[in-house]
Amino acid sequence: MIKVENVSFTYPSGVNALKNVSIEISNGEFVAIMGENGAGKTTLVKQFNGLLKPGEGDVYVDGRNTRDLSVAELSKDVGLVFQNADHQLFCETVEDEIAFGLRNFGFSNRVNKKRVKWALTLLNLQEYRKTSPFMLSGGERKRVALASVLAWKPRVTILDEPTVGQDQSQKERLLQFVRQLNTQGNTVILVTHDLEFVAECDPRVVLMSHGRIVADGPAKKILTNPKLIKKTSLILPQITQLFFRLADLGFPKDVISIYEAKELINDFVARRS
Amino acid sequence: MVSPIIEIDGLSYTYPGAKKQSLSNVTLSIDKGAFVTLTGPSGCGKTTLCRCLNGLIPHFYGGKIKGDVVVSNLNVRDHAISELAQQVGFVFQNPENQLFALSVEREIVFGLENLALPPDEIRERLEWALKTIGIENLRERSPYEISGGQQQRVAIASVLAMKPEILILDEPTSSLDPLAAKNLFQVISKLNKTLGLTIILVEHRLDLLSTLTDRVIIMDGGILRIEGNPREVFSSKSVKLMGIGIPKIVRLYQELESQPEKLLFSIEDFVGYLKRI
Amino acid sequence: MKAFEGLRFKRTSSFIHQLDPRVKFVLSCVVFILAIMFTELLPLTILLSVQLPLVYLAHVHKEWLSSLRSSLILATMIFLTNVIVGYMSSEFQLTSSVLTYSSSMTLRFVTLVASFSIFFLTTSPDDLGLALEQSHFPYEFAFAFTTAVRFVPVLANEAQMIIDAQKSRGLELEKGNFLKRIRNYLPILIPLIVNAIRRSLELAEAMESRAFGAKEHRTNLFALKIKMNDVLVLIVTLAILAFSIYIRLYVKIPIVEIPTF
Repeated sequence: MIKVENVSFTYPSGVNALKNVSIEISNGEFVAIMGENGAGKTTLVKQFNGLLKPGEGDVYVDGRNTRDLSVAELSKDVGLVFQNADHQLFCETVEDEIAFGLRNFGFSNRVNKKRVKWALTLLNLQEYRKTSPFMLSGGERKRVALASVLAWKPRVTILDEPTVGQDQSQKERLLQFVRQLNTQGNTVILVTHDLEFVAECDPRVVLMSHGRIVADGPAKKILTNPKLIKKTSLILPQITQLFFRLADLGFPKDVISIYEAKELINDFVARRS
Repeated sequence: MVSPIIEIDGLSYTYPGAKKQSLSNVTLSIDKGAFVTLTGPSGCGKTTLCRCLNGLIPHFYGGKIKGDVVVSNLNVRDHAISELAQQVGFVFQNPENQLFALSVEREIVFGLENLALPPDEIRERLEWALKTIGIENLRERSPYEISGGQQQRVAIASVLAMKPEILILDEPTSSLDPLAAKNLFQVISKLNKTLGLTIILVEHRLDLLSTLTDRVIIMDGGILRIEGNPREVFSSKSVKLMGIGIPKIVRLYQELESQPEKLLFSIEDFVGYLKRI
Repeated sequence: MKAFEGLRFKRTSSFIHQLDPRVKFVLSCVVFILAIMFTELLPLTILLSVQLPLVYLAHVHKEWLSSLRSSLILATMIFLTNVIVGYMSSEFQLTSSVLTYSSSMTLRFVTLVASFSIFFLTTSPDDLGLALEQSHFPYEFAFAFTTAVRFVPVLANEAQMIIDAQKSRGLELEKGNFLKRIRNYLPILIPLIVNAIRRSLELAEAMESRAFGAKEHRTNLFALKIKMNDVLVLIVTLAILAFSIYIRLYVKIPIVEIPTF
């Protein structure tokens, strides 16, 4: 679906944000791009919908070179939801806000109506249909922003730091939602440094540092590697920290999920007593 | 006997133009030198409560206030924010919007200049604050050249220089990466231990905090729901229902088939327990 | 956003950086007066070239050149307007004096940009704020000034993020006729304004919490003091001004004409 070949990118200010990055993301994958602030995560995903074009190298979306397409053309397939919902909300009602993208992409009025309704239901926003987005709480505004992108059903959905400023129950709802989106065949890309969140969804993890991809593999492998974690200003998930300490009791070290941890400890206790 | 430094009695508050109370009948006392973590779902009133402690409510926000807030023996209602600022330092969520100067040094002296302190004393406090927070190397930098974690340290230093007895931090790590957040918590904990500063920290990331803090307060819907030491609070059944981000270690304990009687609260606890059986 | 770069202060230390902002301001004003006083090419060229050593001393040549570059469009417009007006008023003939006059006008503009660019590049906005304060502007005014400067890059950054977010929702800024294009900017302007208001509220809260306006007379730790170098530069500047006035009044300046083709 997305293919990045030897891409380097330098901002006009001279910051060299991507250095010879190559990565392929297939249709229907669930990927988390992680790394410290300023590692180049957001710069990378902005290449996916053409907001930035590579300085060197090429990016292909569905086999088409992003250099030949506009942001609007690419965004139809690759929906990017930004971290701060307040950077995009501007309409009088939630309904209009969701319809904004649909109208830009030239869907018919009939389809528009259907999609708006669908997106409102999807994110549980029906009761706010006629409310001004500015009257909503932070978590609700975030959901409106998400709905306004999902409405045109992009095949790839990118969420930039979706968990920042969210409380636990909002995170849990987001987790469920993201999973559901992915099981329906949508390619989901998370940009985040919330490793406890990533530990719970267990996606493919792409680890970035200083403009390079330093590791790429299943979350279970990457998040339990202390060397990589240290390099990217992350910390080991709490469960992993526990299992590092339990290694001399014969426990494996590569545990990130609370459910796996539960099974392992239950077994251990049963065997001992 | 430690004496309380903050006493809140029957506090209710409604923002101007709002129909619903943001705080209802909050009564709370906090001891001098405590490290309090204040948490709860979004919109539960944590930030509003903090604003009551340094006088932003009612002096800046207006609105309807009932009950009393006494901080360092000053009734908040009768004292200006600038007066309270010398007792209560406030560090906000977004580092970008609380740094106005163009160099770290000038940022730190801003409050002291406002208080019209003599230059020698300002200079002395500047050096002290830079050193205590460990940012002497940032002195000449401008706030937009430094990382988010560094910005929050500068914000803390600039408040610390006013020598408050209480430090309030409203979700200071929400935009930081995990390592920067962990390091910031260390700095805060050090201020609590070495200077005896009373800390009130609003946070969602309880994973990193549970072993540093000595009191957890959970709010929901403008009401104080649960409070106590972290062990008590995290083992209470109702916490789970409220959707608070309790530490994963505690959740793991709760999921176990045969739970040991005593709450396994930290990694140490778990290791000890499993080695014993 | 790039237009600001030529004005953005670069924190290095040099002879020029350490001069008192008030002295530098006088220097820039003198250049301004001189540029207005002379319409001839020769003195204007001299005026532009005497600034080069200052730029060199301050190590800001890169930024200085970039601000000259960004003034190029305006300079070209000034040149063309003058040429066209002159061409029309001299009975549709492109005379040498029209060309010369247009060149001087353009050179005058470039000289002004050059001199104020040196001023802004070498004066920290903090110092500028102090200078305002010590020139008896109210403190609130000086504070507003430094805060505005502080937030220019932040707001520029925010504007870019908003543009990115809306483009990702299919907004095409360059699409449609003139009116439609103006309408296209609404989705950018509204969030920008809403966020600016929210930001200013947060700022006000933070200022209050740091005892803003607590005392009528606040301390100023970093007071500006006139040093020996400042006095020297001031004397030289005023001498140049006096000398130039003398030349203007009593000396005939040789005319350099640009030939027509």
